[in-house]
Amino acid sequence: MLPPGKHLVLGNIACAEGAIRAGCRFFAGYPITPANEITQHMAEELPRVGGYFLQMEDEIASMAAVIGASWAGAKAMTATSGPGFSLMQENIGYAYMTETPCVVVDVQRSGPSTGQATMPSQQDFYQARYGAHGDYEAVVLSPWSVQEMFDLTVRAFNLAERFRTPVILLADGMIGHMMEKLVVPEEVETVERRRPAGASCTPFGTEDPSLVPEMPRFGEGYRLLVTGSSHDPTGRRDYSPRVMEAKLRRMREKILRAEGEVRDIVEAEMGDARIVVLSYGASARPSYGAVMKARKEGIRAGLMRLRMLWPFPEEYLSKVAGEVEAFLVVEMNLGKAVREVERAVHGRVEVTPLTRVGGVVPTVEEVYQAIRRINECL
Amino acid sequence: MKPLSYYRERYIRHQPSPFCPGCGNGIILNCFARAVDELGLDQDRILCVSGIGCSAWIPSPHFNSDTLHTTHGRALAFATGAKVFNSDLTVVVFTGDGDGAGIGGNHLIHAARRNIDITTILVNNLSYAMTGGQIAPTTLHGSRTITSPYGNPENPFDLCRLVAAAGATYVARWTAYHVIELTRSMEEAIENRGFSFIEVISPCPTRQRRIFGFRNPIYEVPSRIMEMLVESTYIPGREPKGHYCYTIPRAGVKEALEAVETELGRRDLGAGVRQVDHLRWGTVLRVDCAGPEELDSVKELLGEIPEVERVVGALEGKVELGVFVRERRPEFVESLREVMRRAGGV
Repeated sequence: MLPPGKHLVLGNIACAEGAIRAGCRFFAGYPITPANEITQHMAEELPRVGGYFLQMEDEIASMAAVIGASWAGAKAMTATSGPGFSLMQENIGYAYMTETPCVVVDVQRSGPSTGQATMPSQQDFYQARYGAHGDYEAVVLSPWSVQEMFDLTVRAFNLAERFRTPVILLADGMIGHMMEKLVVPEEVETVERRRPAGASCTPFGTEDPSLVPEMPRFGEGYRLLVTGSSHDPTGRRDYSPRVMEAKLRRMREKILRAEGEVRDIVEAEMGDARIVVLSYGASARPSYGAVMKARKEGIRAGLMRLRMLWPFPEEYLSKVAGEVEAFLVVEMNLGKAVREVERAVHGRVEVTPLTRVGGVVPTVEEVYQAIRRINECL
Repeated sequence: MKPLSYYRERYIRHQPSPFCPGCGNGIILNCFARAVDELGLDQDRILCVSGIGCSAWIPSPHFNSDTLHTTHGRALAFATGAKVFNSDLTVVVFTGDGDGAGIGGNHLIHAARRNIDITTILVNNLSYAMTGGQIAPTTLHGSRTITSPYGNPENPFDLCRLVAAAGATYVARWTAYHVIELTRSMEEAIENRGFSFIEVISPCPTRQRRIFGFRNPIYEVPSRIMEMLVESTYIPGREPKGHYCYTIPRAGVKEALEAVETELGRRDLGAGVRQVDHLRWGTVLRVDCAGPEELDSVKELLGEIPEVERVVGALEGKVELGVFVRERRPEFVESLREVMRRAGGV
């Protein structure tokens, strides 16, 4: 592990370092570009801290092993990219259904299918939210720097433990493969899942206001029934509409109830902004440059960078929509987050997409020109 | 002998059984409870993992230990994560032929290759039964299922040879009829420090009735299947006693039976003939003789009867039962510990 202090490292290495400091002691993965350095670093570092690294036969097995280890008491993680992320979806759905804390890193590459394996994209914005079938709330984080690969991986574990849910770190090939300064802190704040204290427990139901049930582990004598089928608070299979509806509504509510509190938006130059440039991950970097350039040119632009993509900060954007005149949504896909922004502002202000695909990150100039054009129309 | 109620109270969660009458799953659960009891295992440290299909319901929710009922085919991968992180757990995977050898076939061979200390009990009912009786990777060539209405064009896996070749250190095959052997085998499998695999050929009156083309009333089907399992299997060293062969009828079984009876009577041979069910040959005639010389002459005679398509030897086409592999190789979690020692993490 890197000692505390300043380092020049790859984004993917920062992610693995963050995971171990967050308490991750189990990693199962399968080789895929551009996520390989996470897997490689885990293979090297986990055994040194008494953790387990497994290279599984595929991504389906990797996700399954992570869930199995989580129920055995581990803070567990896997890392992959587009094709592997697609394969994991069924078991990610299982993790939602069984309320299993774990972290899934998707270092996005350009798709669909094999696409451009070495090149970045932000095309999995909706897959991270809706990839598995059924109804659930996803928690998805988006880092824009090497430092945030570290910080948000730690946060991903903490949110997973707190909400008893899978958390997805939606990085991309540029951030993962970029070298930049990383400051490793002396200590990181970690969160542990609530465990039952008594002789019996209801692992899938709770009276607690957090709506997050206590989570025992295998081998403690609770004789757990863990199933992906509809189940009552004890875990017993029960297909009645009442039981399944209560389960799904509670699982949604446990996340949405805390949205305002866990919301993660970084803003720059927003004080008197007329034009909001909204972006996340790699595309937020040129967006920031373009906002600074616009400011120099006297254009009142501001940056709103989402570090938590899901739950989408609908309420907050709706409020901001009343104070600004236009949104420019910059992303590396054919228009995904822009739909969510449109939904949140509800037609009250103009929303313009700036979309780039083909494995490229938009340039500062491209974003600046888009801001300028919007400014001319205001 | 402990009474049945002892096992029920101690090992089985109270709830109505979901299994069809005549299903082998209850028998397998019963054998498992006895094996666990015989070994004196701590129930609080047993983790039963299962996938999707009827077999998955053997432990979940019936067996009174920790249970993890997972996605289709992936039980072994889930079990791998749990076993690695807590190797104190006795991990047993219950799977079916579709779950374990179809959708989960890849995980099966890789778990065997790693030789992870997990016992896998694969219940082979020769079809996807829960979903209506479709072709499975174990369905015999030519079998009629709802997705092979004109006969199965595929060939079945020999799962024991597959898993043995992949590196399992304990491999056995039994049927739901062989409860004593199966129970003993489960004990051995759990005690083996490595990947253990037991295939249990199991009756499914609900689906196999169609697959085998049985026209009996449903209540007669379970015993007919059980008899077939005995008829079509053998344990090396314990081959069935007597001198006999089978004849495969050319057209109707009834016509062949009449013709064979007439011919045997005409020649005044003492051989007995009766209709039996055979996994490989279907409904055939079994001809039992007094001795080897008589068997030879009877075989010759049978071959000349126009209603008889073919004469097959007693063991031909029978499924071999028994323990096929008992080996020692480095176990996966132990090897991971060794990795940890080399990295300086212990």
